[in-house]
Amino acid sequence: MSAAVVSDALEQDHVESHLHPEPTYDLAAHPAPSGREEIWRFTPLKRLRGLLEDTAPGGRLEQKIELPDGVTLSEIPLEEAVALGGTAPFDRLGALAAKNAGTAWLLDIASEADVVDPVRIQLHGTSVEEAVAGRVVVRIGNHARAVVLIEHSGSTTYNAFTSVLVGDGAQLDLVHINDWADDAVHTEQINVRVGRDATLRQFEFTLGGDLVRTSTNVDYAGPGGSAELFGLYFADAGQHFEHRLFVDHNAPKTKSNVVYKGALQGAKAHTVWIGNVLIRKVAEGIETYEENRNLVLTEGCQADSVPNLEIETGEIEGAGHASAVGRFDDNQLFYLRSRGISEAEARKLVVRGFFDDLIRRVTVPEVAAKLSAQVEEELQRHVLAELDEADRGQA
Amino acid sequence: MSTLEIKDLQVQVQTDDGPKEILKGVTLTINDGETHAIMGPNGSGKSTLAYSIAGHPRYEITGGTVTLDGDDVLAMSVDERARAGLFLAMQYPVEVPGVSVSNFLRTAKTAIDGEAPKLRTWVKDVNATLERMNLDPTFGQRSVNEGFSGGEKKRHEIAQLDLLDPKVAILDETDSGLDIDALKVVSEGVNRFRERDGKGVLLITHYTRILRYIKPDHVHVFVAGRVAESGGPELAEELEANGYERFLEAAV
Repeated sequence: MSAAVVSDALEQDHVESHLHPEPTYDLAAHPAPSGREEIWRFTPLKRLRGLLEDTAPGGRLEQKIELPDGVTLSEIPLEEAVALGGTAPFDRLGALAAKNAGTAWLLDIASEADVVDPVRIQLHGTSVEEAVAGRVVVRIGNHARAVVLIEHSGSTTYNAFTSVLVGDGAQLDLVHINDWADDAVHTEQINVRVGRDATLRQFEFTLGGDLVRTSTNVDYAGPGGSAELFGLYFADAGQHFEHRLFVDHNAPKTKSNVVYKGALQGAKAHTVWIGNVLIRKVAEGIETYEENRNLVLTEGCQADSVPNLEIETGEIEGAGHASAVGRFDDNQLFYLRSRGISEAEARKLVVRGFFDDLIRRVTVPEVAAKLSAQVEEELQRHVLAELDEADRGQA
Repeated sequence: MSTLEIKDLQVQVQTDDGPKEILKGVTLTINDGETHAIMGPNGSGKSTLAYSIAGHPRYEITGGTVTLDGDDVLAMSVDERARAGLFLAMQYPVEVPGVSVSNFLRTAKTAIDGEAPKLRTWVKDVNATLERMNLDPTFGQRSVNEGFSGGEKKRHEIAQLDLLDPKVAILDETDSGLDIDALKVVSEGVNRFRERDGKGVLLITHYTRILRYIKPDHVHVFVAGRVAESGGPELAEELEANGYERFLEAAV
């Protein structure tokens, strides 16, 4: 190793970002939060049902697994999961799951495997009493291609730490569906390492649960990697849905594109979106864009949307972000109405389009269809019912 | 039959410094089958006229009347105006993410006609229109105006004009930002519309270029919120040669 490489590596290790703490598996380095810390200030800690305490939980989730050829699922010791690589936990929840999960699940997709059918992992909770700690490693080998669906349902108190290791030149579509029952609490940290010239497309759909807080942290194992992070959430009365994203551009010529869209309806529906991007000095020629849009459909909801961009080099292709919280875009409604479409019908088109825009990017048609139907059902509760009423009033 | 009659139209907008008057009494009649060009410098109020007739909420009507075949346009909502037979081709068409062009066109056609178009003929009509406008058949699957080039946006506006078949079309700087090929395609689209019986066109433009392809019956020079001078096509030729100087000086 040359001196220059050593100093580069050292410098990279020592860049301190104010956006996130140092990652480590050492629980002592992640003290119990007071709630005022930057990474905790939006989260109602009291509703975490003790997930921040260092106890080994005894609960479990029921599993239903579909594994196509070329894919294996095995149980491995926690230390082995650490040794497979990937970034250590950034916060106490991640460190606790990594410490207390008992064993880890390794989902392994062989190098150069072209897996046509989706890998499906359905995790179902049956009780909120006994907490569950989960530790998962998703590893896709060099130049392999696969779609992995992780579907959550039922009642639980669940904290997970997931490592995603995308091999060089691999293509992974990773879909998380958080469709929990109303009493579920789910926290998860998903740390992704994108290989050289690899492509990750992650989808997160959060549609149900009392409290869902996920943190997705992406970095790159080499140049040329691309990460697309798409999310859709729909919070009803009293629900807290928090999605935290951090993309660490630590290699040149890497790309990231983050698009999260959400809707809120009902009293005390609360959503949080944090989009952090760090462009390190070495990350020349990168391209990044982040976008978060929130549709506030009724009174009494709160949508927090916080994009952050830290740039340490100007030698990049592009960096941008957009964030919006509101009801409807008047210009969109005017455009549609100027074509004869009634106001109620125009609103329906806009609100459905808002979600279809993301759903149609999901490469598994039956999943896309199911999500469309679920969003339609959510919309029928308030906004579409009102608009139908308005339509009838006009007729 | 279609007559759009604008009488002494006065319009203001709200600004940080209070209300600002933009249209100061505009009178204009577009009779059956006529094409009128409105030409004027930037900031003269041309676009305000277009958006006020279409009913954009930003523009507050403080005086005057607009009627279409005798019906009070200003009393109608935005969508009622469109269903009554008005169409505005916008200078900056709005992106509507997740709403496909084909869904949008079908929904608009259904709203205008009061019934859903017959599926088989409709698909044929849409494809034929897209082809005439030099738009790819896959165009229908794209989100409305999202990621469209400047030329695609304008050709999409004229495709709507063709399919929705209004009585009177207002074209707000449809020629701006178009290269010569796109300008020809757009102009041919407008001319096909004009060939139909009794269609009125109000063509708003900054440049004389488009008037080589779309021949107006009347030309109006618009300065400082009112019509400064009206004439035939020869007025456009004068503007081409001498610019707006003469009218700007007169307005001061």
